[in-house]
Amino acid sequence: MKRQIYLDYSATTPVDERVAARMTECLTFDGNFGNPASRSHSYGWMAEEAVETARQQVAELVNADPREIVWTSGATESNNLAIKGAAHFYHSKGKHLITSKIEHKAVLDTCRQLEREGFEVTYLDPEPGTGMITPAMVEAALRPDTILVSLMHVNNEIGTITDIAAIGELTRSRKVLLHVDAAQSTGKLPIDLANTQVDLMSFCAHKTYGPKGIGALFVRRNPRVRLEAQIHGGGHERGFRSGTLATHQIVGMGEAFRIAREEGAAEQARLMVLRDRLWAGLSKLDQVFVNGSIEHRIAGNLNVSFNFVEGESLIMALKDIAVSSGSACTSASLEPSYVLRALGLSDEMAHSSIRFTIGRYTTEADIDHVIGHAQDAVNRLRELSPLWDMFQEGIDLNSVEWAAH
Amino acid sequence: MAYSDKVIDHYENPRNVGVLDKDDTHVGTGMVGAPACGDVMRLQIRVGEDGVIEDARFKTYGCGSAIASSSLVTEWLKGKTLDQAQTIKNSAIAEELALPPVKIHCSVLAEDAIKAAIADYRQKQGASEA
Repeated sequence: MKRQIYLDYSATTPVDERVAARMTECLTFDGNFGNPASRSHSYGWMAEEAVETARQQVAELVNADPREIVWTSGATESNNLAIKGAAHFYHSKGKHLITSKIEHKAVLDTCRQLEREGFEVTYLDPEPGTGMITPAMVEAALRPDTILVSLMHVNNEIGTITDIAAIGELTRSRKVLLHVDAAQSTGKLPIDLANTQVDLMSFCAHKTYGPKGIGALFVRRNPRVRLEAQIHGGGHERGFRSGTLATHQIVGMGEAFRIAREEGAAEQARLMVLRDRLWAGLSKLDQVFVNGSIEHRIAGNLNVSFNFVEGESLIMALKDIAVSSGSACTSASLEPSYVLRALGLSDEMAHSSIRFTIGRYTTEADIDHVIGHAQDAVNRLRELSPLWDMFQEGIDLNSVEWAAH
Repeated sequence: MAYSDKVIDHYENPRNVGVLDKDDTHVGTGMVGAPACGDVMRLQIRVGEDGVIEDARFKTYGCGSAIASSSLVTEWLKGKTLDQAQTIKNSAIAEELALPPVKIHCSVLAEDAIKAAIADYRQKQGASEA
């Protein structure tokens, strides 16, 4: 079977060949396999050196101090450590947190857990249509007992960008911590933590051409942020996160972030051209809409609703293209995307959405192929759609009394 | 999710797609589901003077299983009397298409569409006789 064209880079990316090469050097007897925590021999020292080089590489991408980088298993763990760790440490200062309705489940479910523990959480509604979370929304929700604001830098479903610099000025002036989930933004947007008032930032490797199973949390040293550890053990990572460091994973993340720093800007410029080409092609169809702000959006994302066509059947028609309807984490359920619902989309428009996310290995030929297939598939499915008939006859679907089931 | 070969066949080569004149007294139309739920089926039957279904047509907005369920029932309906059609059960549709549990509602919707189309036809007949 011919491989599908991969357009789901926001779910995960392939590991860059250069990254894979570095990782394989850290596994076998001939390689750098030692435990980085071993202090008594050269195997340990070599592994520690590789880990610290990678820490430097991660720090450089986001202009932070390497001592501010804590290794974790991925962005989900980083989000848990940041949010629970800060809430548990600072609870005597207050028990109120602010986040938004379009966060990843790793943030939302962590906040739900804190609610069960007696914390209060405000879930901000995004701006209808654009999906933006603005500094003004955060300001309006801040309370004297607010201890933490947690927002994503780039939304995983619609690719919209949050103005974390402006929100950071606001939270810092109120002495409230700001945590940012940057899983979807590394290598796609410049991040300058030395000059942005973000206190905690979550990273993962596998959306930036590194391996799955490794991530990091930035924990600011000045002003110092304290956290209560969530995983206890040997006191690794200065007590923030115990567990033997996975040298090969860490080296992979370091190399992936080095490449992102050196090549990210050029790559984004190339992807912007491809994304615009994709939209120019898809928008030739009638009744096609981009979900979320088109201008405040990363280059690699195009989330589109094809009105009167159901998303799952469209994915089935695009069988040689790998895309998702909503996010991979929730697509096992039949519920429409909660992110798109929070934007104010009707259920049927949310059901009609497809997320195209493009990346390092996407070519112009891929895009042209996708445009042709998507146009054919949408036209074919609309021929099958009673809703399309009704639309053509000028019937307002909202005026019809449907039997919900 | 992997679809069965039969679902894929009906999805890629749907049978009896189309529209019958809904104002014709020999035509019964059933429209079930809701856009907000992700599936809407419109099933139409034309019934001969002998009470046998001569033609069946559908259009469906929904997932592959919903399209396949409605395509399948148009095949089954042709040549059946209304009473026979009335006995078609969703479980038979689900079994024929090997629908996974999460897609059983598609077969339920197809059964509902059959019942709605028959009811519409009978109501029209009653009205025209009166």
